[in-house]
Amino acid sequence: MIEAAVRAKQFSHFFGPVRTLKDISLEIRRNEIFGIIGPAGSGKSTFLRALNRLNDLVPGSRTEGILEVHGKDIYARGTSVIELRRRLGMVFATPIPLPRSVFENVAFGARMAGVKGRGILNELVADSLRKTALWEEVMDRLDASALKLSGGQQQRLCLARILALKPEFIMLDEPTSGLDPISTMKIEETLRQLKSEFTIILVTNNTKQAARVADRTAFFLSGELVEVDRTEKVFSAPSDPRTNDYISGKFG
Amino acid sequence: MIALSAVSILLVITVYIFSEGTPIMFKYGLKKFLFSLDWFPLEKSFGLLPMIIGSLFVTGGALVIGIPLGLACAVVLTEFSSKRLRSFLKPVVELLAGIPSVVYGFMGVVILIPFIRDRLGGPGFSVLAASVILGIMILPTIISISIDSLEAVPRSYREGSIALGATRWQTTRMVMFPAAKSGIIASVILGMGRAIGETMAVIMIAGNAAMIPHSLLDPVRTLTSNIALELGYAAGEHRQALFATGVILFVIIMILNTIANLASRKSKP
Amino acid sequence: MRALLWLLTAVTVFILFFIIFYVLKKGLPVVSLEFLTRNPAEMGKAGGIFSTIVGTMALTLLAILIATPLGVGSAIFLTEYTQESWVTRVIRFGSECLAGIPSIIFGLFGFILFVTKLGFGWSLLSGGLTLAFMILPTIIRTSEEAIRSVPYAYREVSFSLGSTRWQTVTRVVLPSALPGIATGVILSIGRSIGETAAVIFTSGSSLHIPTSLFSSSRTMSVHFYILAREGISMDNAYGTAAVLIIAILSINVLAYSLMNRFIRRYS
Repeated sequence: MIEAAVRAKQFSHFFGPVRTLKDISLEIRRNEIFGIIGPAGSGKSTFLRALNRLNDLVPGSRTEGILEVHGKDIYARGTSVIELRRRLGMVFATPIPLPRSVFENVAFGARMAGVKGRGILNELVADSLRKTALWEEVMDRLDASALKLSGGQQQRLCLARILALKPEFIMLDEPTSGLDPISTMKIEETLRQLKSEFTIILVTNNTKQAARVADRTAFFLSGELVEVDRTEKVFSAPSDPRTNDYISGKFG
Repeated sequence: MIALSAVSILLVITVYIFSEGTPIMFKYGLKKFLFSLDWFPLEKSFGLLPMIIGSLFVTGGALVIGIPLGLACAVVLTEFSSKRLRSFLKPVVELLAGIPSVVYGFMGVVILIPFIRDRLGGPGFSVLAASVILGIMILPTIISISIDSLEAVPRSYREGSIALGATRWQTTRMVMFPAAKSGIIASVILGMGRAIGETMAVIMIAGNAAMIPHSLLDPVRTLTSNIALELGYAAGEHRQALFATGVILFVIIMILNTIANLASRKSKP
Repeated sequence: MRALLWLLTAVTVFILFFIIFYVLKKGLPVVSLEFLTRNPAEMGKAGGIFSTIVGTMALTLLAILIATPLGVGSAIFLTEYTQESWVTRVIRFGSECLAGIPSIIFGLFGFILFVTKLGFGWSLLSGGLTLAFMILPTIIRTSEEAIRSVPYAYREVSFSLGSTRWQTVTRVVLPSALPGIATGVILSIGRSIGETAAVIFTSGSSLHIPTSLFSSSRTMSVHFYILAREGISMDNAYGTAAVLIIAILSINVLAYSLMNRFIRRYS
C-alpha cells in the first residue's frame, strides 16, 4: 500500500460563518505532482493554505475533520506550525521577493531556522538556485536586489527560497498565472525534475497546465471535491458532468 | 506590555492633573472660579473668567486671521499655480511650522508691538498683537493640510465643473471646497488647538493683565500664560489654583474639539 | 477674485519668509565659532551659547531614548499583536488626546510629578521625561503608519517560510518600516529642540554645562526666551534664534528627504 503523503478525511474549513471547504476527502501520494483545478472561489487556495496552516493568520479561521501529513493530524494540539510551514513550502501566485539581495532572499528561511555559517549558507543557496535552473543567470549578481529580476526569475527565486529549507512538499498556488509562456515552460520543466525529490501540489486555473504536468488531478467546485483521478482520465473521460463542463470551458 | 505602559502614562497624567486641580475648585466654589473676575492669588481670590475670555478672544482672533490667509494660500497653491511652484513652496511652508514659538513671539515684540503702539494706540501689548502672531503661527498647519485635502479631490470634479462653464473661482468655491471640507476643517481644528495651547509667544506679546479686555488694543492674559507666569513661584493653594487653570484649559480644549468634530461630521454628505 | 487670493497668498508667503530672513539677518553676524563654543557670561550678555547647546542636545537625546522604544514598541503591539478591539481603540484615543495637550500642561505635570513629588528637581531627567511624554504620540502615530504600509504579502511570505511572529516583525516588518519610523523620530527631535514651555519648568535654566542626569540645564530656546524677555542682550538673542532656526530647519529637511526615500521605495 502506497503511504499517502497527505490525507484529508471529511475536512472542512470555515472563515467565521462562511464554509470554504466542504468535507474534502482525498489522498496525495509521495513524489507525485498533484494538480488541483477549479474556477475562482472554489477553495483550491484555501485547501493549500490549510495544509501549511497559513489560514491561521486570518481571524475567525476554523476547521473540522482531519487533515494528515505523513499520518499525523496537523491540526492536533501540540503541532509545531513553524515546523509544518518549513516542511510544506509555498509559492504564491504573484512572485514576492523580499526587498533584499538575491542571496538574502534564498537564505531567508534557512536563517530563520537557525542555520548559520557563511560557508553552509553559500552552498545551500547555490544548491537551491541550481535546482530551479536559476543559478546560471544570477550567480554573478547574488548581491543585487532581488527586485531587479524579471517576473519569471523572481518566481524561480521564490521556489529556490523554499528549497533552501529542504522541505518535503512544494505547494504552488497558480505560480505561472502572471508569467510569459517561456517562463511558464521553464517552471513546469523544473517541477518535473523536482518530482523525484519532493511531493508537489499544484493549484492552477490553467487546465492545460494541469494536463501537461500533473500525475493526478483534483477538480474543486464551490468548496467541494468533485472528482480526483489520474490526469489522463480526468481530462479524457471525467466521471462527473461538472468536471466535463469546466474542462471544456463551459464555465470558469 | 510596553503599549500598556504608554496608555497608563496617559491615564496617569490626566488623572493626576485633575486630582491636583479639582479639590481647590470645589473648596472655593466652581462658579466663583469660572465666573469671578478677580485673580488675586495671594489674596485667595481665584477668578479665572478674564483668562478664559482672554484665551477665547485670542484664539478666535487667530482663526480670523489664519483661516482666510491660510485658505487663500492653499487655494492659490493648488488651483491657480504651477506644479513646480507648489512642490517648492509646500515643503517650505511645512518647514516653517517647525520654527519655535518663542521666535514668533520675539518677532511680535520687536516689530508688531511698536507698530501697534505707535499707529493704533494702547500699550501695544494687546489682543490684536496676540491674535496676529498666533494667526501667523497657525498658518503653516492650515495651509499644508488644506493643500493635502484639496489635492486629494479627484480631478474629475474640477474638470467636470470647468467643462460646464464655471470659472476657476466658482469651481473652487462650489466644488472643491465642499469636497475637501473635512480635511480643511481638520486643519482648522488643529490650528485652533495650537493657538489655544500656545504659551510662550503669548506671554511675550499679550500684556498679561488679568482683566477682561474691552477692545482689541487692551492687554490680555490667557489661561496658558496664567499658568506659566506664576508657576515659578507659586506655593500651596496658589499652586493648586494653577492646576485648576490647567483643568479648565483641558476641559475647554475638549469642548472646542468636540464641537469642531461634530460640526465637521454634520457637514459630511 | 483671483487677484485678491493672490494678494493674500503673497502677504502670507511674505510674512513667513520675512520672519526667517529677519532673524537670520540679525542673528547670523553674531554667530561665530566662538559664539558656539563659549559658555554664556554675565547672565548671557556676553560669551556664547555653548552650555545651552549641550543642554539642548542632552535633553533631546534623553527624550528620544525614552520615547522611541516606548513608541515603536506600542506601535508594533497595536499593529502586529492585537486585533482591533476596545483595548486598541482606547490606546489610540489616549494617544490622540495626548497629542492635543498644550505643552504648558506637560510642563505643569512634569513640574509637579518629576521636579517636586519624585524629587528629581530641575534636571535633565525631569525635562527629558516630560519631553518624552510630549513626543510619544507622534512617534506612535508615525511608527504605526510606517508599519502598516509594509505590504501584507511580505508578512505572509515570512510566515510561510516558517518564521515566528517575532522574527517576522524584527527581520521583515521593522527593516522595511525603518525610514518611516526614522522620519517620525527626526521630526520629534526638531520639535523638542524648539520646545520652551515644557522645558523651562522641568529642567530649569542653569547656565552651567550639565554634568549629570540631575543637573539643571538651559536649552537654546529657553535661553533665547530669557534673553529676549529680560532684555539682556538683543544681539545674543538674535544669534541664539538664528542657531535654533538653522538647526531645526536642517533637521526637518533631513526628515523630509528620508520620507521621500521611503515613498519612492514603495511606489
